[in-house]
Amino acid sequence: MPAETTAGTRKEAAVAALSTVAHTPGSKKPDPIVVVDGMVRRFGGLTAVNVDHVEIQRGAITALIGPNGAGKTTFFNLLTGFDQPDEGDWSLNGTSLKGVAPHKVARMGMVRTFQLTKALSKLTVMDNMRLGATGQSGESFWRAALPFFWSAQEKKNTERSMELLTRFKLDAKKDDFAGEMSGGQRKLLEMARALMVGPEMVMLDEPMAGVNPALTQSLLGHIKDLREQGMTVLFVEHDMDMVRDISDWVIVMGQGQVIAEGPPDTVMADQAVIDAYLGSHHDQALTESGEAFTADQPEEQA
Amino acid sequence: MDWNTIISQTITQAVGVLAVIYCLAAVGLNVHFGYTGLLNFGQSGFLAVAAYGLAVTVANIGLSFWAGIVVGIIAAILLALLLGVPTLRLRADYLAIVTIAAAEIIRLIVRSVTFREWFGGSDGITRFADSFYALNPFSGPLALGPLKFSQNDLWVVTVGWSLVALTSLLVWSLMRSPWGRVLRGIREDEDAVRSLGKNVYAYKMQSLILGGVIGALGGFVSAIAFQSVQPDTFSTDFTFFAYTILILGGAARIFGPIVGTMIFWALLVFIGEFLSEAVSAGVITFITSTQVGQIRFMLVGLGLMMLMIFRPQGIFGDRKELALDAR
Repeated sequence: MPAETTAGTRKEAAVAALSTVAHTPGSKKPDPIVVVDGMVRRFGGLTAVNVDHVEIQRGAITALIGPNGAGKTTFFNLLTGFDQPDEGDWSLNGTSLKGVAPHKVARMGMVRTFQLTKALSKLTVMDNMRLGATGQSGESFWRAALPFFWSAQEKKNTERSMELLTRFKLDAKKDDFAGEMSGGQRKLLEMARALMVGPEMVMLDEPMAGVNPALTQSLLGHIKDLREQGMTVLFVEHDMDMVRDISDWVIVMGQGQVIAEGPPDTVMADQAVIDAYLGSHHDQALTESGEAFTADQPEEQA
Repeated sequence: MDWNTIISQTITQAVGVLAVIYCLAAVGLNVHFGYTGLLNFGQSGFLAVAAYGLAVTVANIGLSFWAGIVVGIIAAILLALLLGVPTLRLRADYLAIVTIAAAEIIRLIVRSVTFREWFGGSDGITRFADSFYALNPFSGPLALGPLKFSQNDLWVVTVGWSLVALTSLLVWSLMRSPWGRVLRGIREDEDAVRSLGKNVYAYKMQSLILGGVIGALGGFVSAIAFQSVQPDTFSTDFTFFAYTILILGGAARIFGPIVGTMIFWALLVFIGEFLSEAVSAGVITFITSTQVGQIRFMLVGLGLMMLMIFRPQGIFGDRKELALDAR
């Protein structure tokens, strides 16, 4: 990883690196952190995910978009080990993740959040944070009863938690139960807690769902911040304004497949993407086609 | 009406041998259910394998008392592994189904005619704890005000409550540690804990073993106190009484099981003694003395329902914390 850089330069670096990449599904990236090959996941007769090849550029913010039922969350679960595919292989930094348990994927540096926020309600905000720290000797049963083994490490983890909580403006809430916080604050807590793991790649499943507009801006800032600290971000999102605002690269899924890739502006004008969201015959009955992107629900998706 | 007997019985049994047994079972369940969220409905199975492990080793194999204790603890660990390996990767309800079935299977095996030679069928096994009583430092019975114990009971109760104190201290020191934090995290949402790089399966297994072994200590106390093991002591209602005690005292609280046990037994014994005294003295005429046994459980049930309505968090619980579930 390069040394400290000023804000904004990592974005430029990411955009520059991606400028030479072809705008086709499955295009090769100059420095991929994640490579997926032939990943297939079937639920009975339904093929939820069928991705031939996809690469995710290191140090960039990549958005994963697609209509409801496109298989985005399933793809997310497969990448992070929470679900196993029927076929295919995928790797993080060149190490295959096939058959690797979710907790090991997290330890390898790929940490995820959830669409439905999973704050641990009856733990305090601080305990939520401290739980995220890895390599804790006090988490071993044989040493847990004797604080002598872990109190120094605990103190360090508490300090690191406090720094992160301050950054996310949750420091005043540290002794509250996580269950007492608002939905948006829980999203923030979940993201801060994921950072306690010290990830190389952060996977955010709909980070903006249910967050009020005032908090959206601060959440966006935090996500951009992750890139500036050298992390790779992959996120699922429905809010197109947000996708346009923060992503360096967009991957579009439709019916389980990757149907388009490219920088946000290019992708949103792509005919395949418009067809996926609105159906391929959406403009035939209408005379005007300018309203294409205002609809949320695709015609052909179940 | 002999109020002295009623009060003496109530106080003595609130801290008596049965209270110790239920308390240890509830401390174990507190680790399972209170802290880790594991729905173990087969706690009686852990007590049974420990009690029978001790009894069989001493009475049938002829090894020493302490070898019997070791065998009992190993049996409890093996039971935890046997229950945990297939179910802990699945949703919580599967553990509940498997544990309640396993406890019944254990009870039916030890009371079966086929294994009568080994486990003594429905009569069980008797007289195997003499070497425990040989260690008794007390020279006579205790009569401290209303508190009355025989020489042997006094020794059992002393060891029993010491075990409760030691296990509670252990649970307390474990639950304030990062290890305990992982368990509490698993109780709230195991996928979240998994996403933070913790091996949830291993932690659940450790919790199942720890709580099972603490329950096993209750099994030893039960076997020793009566110098006998009988299969029907370890029926499913034993487990449900232990749950009642835990929830009465407050789950995920160190003093929950202890105070819960004392209140539960005091209530049960007081109502039973009071009713039989009142019936035999002719104060209550509309029930017969044979009905007292059933009616006292009805009244205790009524009391517990009131508790759940007016204090759902138990004696030590925090209502604010309980309300978080509803959000």
